[in-house]
Amino acid sequence: MRTLRFLVRKEFLQIFRDRFMVAQMLLMPIIQLLLLSSAATFEVKTAAMYVVDRDHSETSRGLVDRLQASRRFMVVGASASTEPGNEMMLARKVGVILSIPADFERDIVRTRSGSVQLIINAEDGAAAGVTQSYAAQIIAAYANELGAQLTPLVRATPPIQVHARGWYNPELNYRDYMVPGILVQLVTVIGTLMTAMNIVREKELGTLDQLSVTPLSQSVFMAAKLIPFWVIALVELTLGLLVARFVFHIPMLGSITLVYFAAAVYLFAALGVGLFISTLVETQQQAMFVTFFIIMVYLLMSGLFTPVRSMPEWAQWMAQLNPVKHFIAIMRSILLKGAGPADVAAPIGVLGVFGVVFLTLAVRQYGRRIG
Amino acid sequence: MIPETAEHAIDARDLTRRFGSFVAVDHITFDVRTGEVFGFLGANGAGKTTAIKMLVGLLAPSDGEAKVAGFDIHTQRDQIRRSIGYMSQRFSLYADLTVRENFTLYGGIYGLTDAQIRERTTTLLDTLNLASSGDELVGRLPLGWKQKLAFSVALLHEPKIVFLDEPTGGVDPITRRQFWELIYAAAARGTTVFVTTHYMDEAEYCDRISIMVDGRIAALGTPAELKERFGADSVDDVFVRLARGAKKGEAA
Amino acid sequence: MNINALRAFVIKEFHHILRDRQTLTILLLMPLVQVVLFGFALRSDVRDIRLAVVDPMPDHATMDLRARFVGSARFRIVEVFKTPDAIEPLFRRGSADVALVFEPGFANDLESTEPAHLLVAIDASDPNTGTTYLNYTRAVIQAYQSELNARSNQVRIATQTRMRFNPTLESVNLFVPGLIALVLVLVSALMTAISLSREKERGTMEVLLVSPLRPQQIIVGKVLPYLVLAFANVLTALLAAWAIFHVPFRGSIALLLSESILYTLVSLALGVLVAARTSSQRAAMLTALLATMLPSALLSGMIFPVASMPGWLQPVTNIVPAKWFIVIARGIMLKGVGLAILWRETLILSAMALLLLAAAMRSFKPRLD
Repeated sequence: MRTLRFLVRKEFLQIFRDRFMVAQMLLMPIIQLLLLSSAATFEVKTAAMYVVDRDHSETSRGLVDRLQASRRFMVVGASASTEPGNEMMLARKVGVILSIPADFERDIVRTRSGSVQLIINAEDGAAAGVTQSYAAQIIAAYANELGAQLTPLVRATPPIQVHARGWYNPELNYRDYMVPGILVQLVTVIGTLMTAMNIVREKELGTLDQLSVTPLSQSVFMAAKLIPFWVIALVELTLGLLVARFVFHIPMLGSITLVYFAAAVYLFAALGVGLFISTLVETQQQAMFVTFFIIMVYLLMSGLFTPVRSMPEWAQWMAQLNPVKHFIAIMRSILLKGAGPADVAAPIGVLGVFGVVFLTLAVRQYGRRIG
Repeated sequence: MIPETAEHAIDARDLTRRFGSFVAVDHITFDVRTGEVFGFLGANGAGKTTAIKMLVGLLAPSDGEAKVAGFDIHTQRDQIRRSIGYMSQRFSLYADLTVRENFTLYGGIYGLTDAQIRERTTTLLDTLNLASSGDELVGRLPLGWKQKLAFSVALLHEPKIVFLDEPTGGVDPITRRQFWELIYAAAARGTTVFVTTHYMDEAEYCDRISIMVDGRIAALGTPAELKERFGADSVDDVFVRLARGAKKGEAA
Repeated sequence: MNINALRAFVIKEFHHILRDRQTLTILLLMPLVQVVLFGFALRSDVRDIRLAVVDPMPDHATMDLRARFVGSARFRIVEVFKTPDAIEPLFRRGSADVALVFEPGFANDLESTEPAHLLVAIDASDPNTGTTYLNYTRAVIQAYQSELNARSNQVRIATQTRMRFNPTLESVNLFVPGLIALVLVLVSALMTAISLSREKERGTMEVLLVSPLRPQQIIVGKVLPYLVLAFANVLTALLAAWAIFHVPFRGSIALLLSESILYTLVSLALGVLVAARTSSQRAAMLTALLATMLPSALLSGMIFPVASMPGWLQPVTNIVPAKWFIVIARGIMLKGVGLAILWRETLILSAMALLLLAAAMRSFKPRLD
């Protein structure tokens, strides 16, 4: 449509005249991606460990050695009591206190079972769980080793050999998991913010009245507000994908065309939210506050940082209404698992519905100004 | 100067607008003849802008009827939009677009062909003596030029009626005169001009005027008629006499 | 120094904010809603593991082991297949988390001298949950195995683990200090930046600058309402945390509140700086986003531990004020420590506050650039 062409041209002119905006739109995603991808991991590198070894046996020393040899633990102090360790833990100098009781070796030789105590600094939460996991693995491996060394008491029935295979992320690389989500985030934040500010800006400046007096139809108006940012968001996605692929070597198993298709549908929903907000508020300031609020809720409840399936039932229902959640799931399926159209058809459909709903609401609200 | 025609450009009957319990426009009835320069006067706060917004379709009336360019404001808003031009009180062209870009945009919205847009842009820029500023960002132009520009955009698609809301606010007397010359030129071409203002001296330039006080039309007629009726020397005087009984707005 | 002028100005600023009902509501409600919402919703624990079983030749041993999984509260068998190729689509669609693949003749193998093989496939796209799935799966298998091998030469080392300061690893205990930091920076830095740049755009700033008020006084006046607002936010967030989630408050509340004010000052100064250096509301918003919100959320240790970040990134986090505040807040709330331990972090925040405030004051020169 001809009118649409004129309007879209005007929007693009305005966007590109603002040098700062252009720089932000290009830089922000890249910086975010670089920083986030580097920062987003729960792996614990080396935990500072304080050892309280009351046994002083070969077995107890062996355990400490194993822990250190794994490079996940580094002994920063040792003594006969846990007090100094506790003090250091308060001052964040120690992450783990390993306490080995006095009869450790004797118990193992005699009864084939021993026990140790681990006190982990859970101040940082996620790290604590991971540290515990590492320690447990190393201790279990040591236990097996000890078992093999000691002479067998009876002929044992063979154990079950468990072969564990991690699918999609064999190296347990946290970054591979996070980056698709981060891509979603960067496309969403800028796009939604920009559209939310756009219509309100015209309201504030007075140019909206001038447009309302023309024979311009509401849908054409809304389309013209949507299209430029839709295009820009897709460009940013492309930039992001390039960085993800060539800088971080994120796996991209599935079809990139499918990614773009899903993104295109998703953006209708995400930008639609922004447009709707823009028709509801009166000032740019309000637009920003409201949008931030909503984006924060969307992002934190989307499974980006914490798994949706760990949320309580009601929150998982809420997440179904969250377009970001669906798109992140789609991105992860396609990029990490090589999912195909059939696998992601349902969430894409949901996104489509959201898009239609929000855009309709926006058009209706825009029309209601007059009343 | 008033052509004989059967139809009125604007016809308002009991047009009313309430905001909660406050009645901004109180059952105003008037008409504007085709080709007239009609001055819609009143003090600040008298309800002029609200009235004009109802006529151009920016606000829905709480009560009453009106026809603009022969179309009903309740049911035929789209046709009205195609037939009118509007210049709002606040400057409302795009400051971050150039003069030409603004023209092109509105030309396109009103359905002008590329050739028409080119042609009219050139003509208008020449008329306004802005030919050399075609590619300047509108935001950088002085206020007087901006006003003239906004007026030209309102006329770009050669509408039947053009609504001007306080077009000469804040400009110097010379620019004001230039503006009124543009208004006359438009009227001479057959365009009906509906202009609101709180400058009472501009009233002398109009064919007919109405004076709004507290949301009501307190007087309606040619400047000469009103001066005679109220025994005043100037429209300003007429206004002052009317305003003495007013509850809101300042005396000019 | 014209105290009366300043007083009048501050009062006007308060009126300003109080009149914008919508914004005010959002600013007061937002932190509360977030603390409650995220407190309930954001968890990392794994509760419902969907298990797919591939059992080509079901026998008493496989049924036995399967029963263990059904019996455990954590697992839920979603499908049972005869062949392994059914697993792939299931994983791809995200319909299962773990797949247990038996070999034919499982029971026989167990009774013979050969080990019985069991394949455990896990959806490890999220390495965190993936590892957890594996650990829980192993635990069930291990328990089964222990009953089979009551007497063997296997050595077992029992590990008693105590999570200090947060025994139940309650996610909410960890999020709350970070959420407060984020909310404070949101209200202080972002809102201040936006509202100041709005005045700049509108031109009302010029009027202020030519008035008898000195630039420093203008800043104080502008910033004071947001300080009060931020403080109100801290109080509501802490109240919610304590009343609804029973987040511990082991240290001194007074110290916590003082540190919050200190951190708020830092954020406010940042906001003023951003407003001074940008030329439009949009620009202010985007810059504030980039310079305050993002780092505070992602680089501060709120979600991702700083210790896990790559070597080059860790020093960068030192310029993020939120990082220091989170350490302080966690220290006071979870560990009950005081200034004796936290003096370093407090000092750093104070230095940041002074530096930023000085820079902010200087940037609001009488001549608008």
